[in-house]
Amino acid sequence: MKVILLLLVLFLIVCAVSASITKNVLVSIIIFMSYSLIMSIIWVFLQAPDLAITEAAVGAGVTTVLFFATLRRINAIDAQDKKEERREQDKK
Amino acid sequence: MSKIRSDYETSRRAAFRRYVSGEEDLKSIDYMPMFEKQIAEEKKEDERATEHYLVPPLKDPMEDAKLHAELLGMKWFRRLYVVMSVALCLCIIGAMVYNVAFMPAFGGTDAPTNNEVSERYLEKGQEETGVVNMVTGLILQYRGFDTFGETHVLFIATIAVMILLRMGKKEIPEEVDGEESEGDVILRTIARFLVPMILLFGLYVLVNGHLSPGGGFSGGAVIGAGLILYSAAFGFTSTARFFNEKIYDILKVGSLGLYSLLIIYYLFTGANGIDSVVPLGKVGAIISSGLILPINVLVGIEVACTMYAFYALFRKGGL
Repeated sequence: MKVILLLLVLFLIVCAVSASITKNVLVSIIIFMSYSLIMSIIWVFLQAPDLAITEAAVGAGVTTVLFFATLRRINAIDAQDKKEERREQDKK
Repeated sequence: MSKIRSDYETSRRAAFRRYVSGEEDLKSIDYMPMFEKQIAEEKKEDERATEHYLVPPLKDPMEDAKLHAELLGMKWFRRLYVVMSVALCLCIIGAMVYNVAFMPAFGGTDAPTNNEVSERYLEKGQEETGVVNMVTGLILQYRGFDTFGETHVLFIATIAVMILLRMGKKEIPEEVDGEESEGDVILRTIARFLVPMILLFGLYVLVNGHLSPGGGFSGGAVIGAGLILYSAAFGFTSTARFFNEKIYDILKVGSLGLYSLLIIYYLFTGANGIDSVVPLGKVGAIISSGLILPINVLVGIEVACTMYAFYALFRKGGL
């Protein structure tokens, strides 16, 4: 049990560090989502199931979706596709 | 006058103001260190000189060496800066970790959190509030005032987001409102299985909040996530069939108002030691623990509405 908890904590730290040093925002958000998911499992280990449910729903679910929606709104996700489309149009 | 104006235009303040208002990039304006600027200007002058006279300009070899030394110094300064910042960070982290070593052991019996307050909650909580899940009893009865404020904070946050992001009906772009927002086949197929389960689980967490882990906030968040998944998979038009702006307004304001009334009554009776008219019921039954069950449901509706409203406002600027 303790080994699993330690592994989870290790993974948590790796996630936290890599989320902050990743250059790509999209990748960073996905890593952050997995961070929340691991955190919710750790909450269960720490006998706080209330928090685990909330963390899984808010941290891994809603916050990530809101980040994606924001990226979409500021055209950070679509930018790559549009560039390729433009290139194809230029070729034609 | 014009001189002052031009002075302001070239100053750092103006550059910063332009950067804030998004006109220019700060780096491209004035971030260039002075000596680099000098070099650039000198180079320009040199070029001009060669253009006009076709004579290579004479250079003081000493000045060249000075510049070189200055550049080298700057390089070293930057390196030192990085090293010093890393060292400072390590020092702060070390101090924090050192302090953690003095904290009482997690869940230890001699920890300061393990005092007579929590003991009293655990001993008397069940007969006073009639809940099995003591966390819900705590946050809705003993600390009911905190939860009251938190729910209002959520409400105010939604209002703030609405002020910032809401658009009129005509301004909502067609592609978001129409079929574009429908997800692909994989998403829709999975959502068809998942959404009912998520909503059911959310309802279970919500209604069973006084018996099992969970309660108003967790249940509401799960239901809100389910709604978000539904609208992401099937588009906003199909969500609007059962959850449009009118229903949202009624649910949100109604649940918050009702919750405020209930919690004021609850706090008043609790603080003055008056017995509530609502019976506590049998401990462990689904309809028990007096007002906690309706309060849980109302908080859940409020949170679910907030979650979905955030998504809808971010995505298309309206409900």
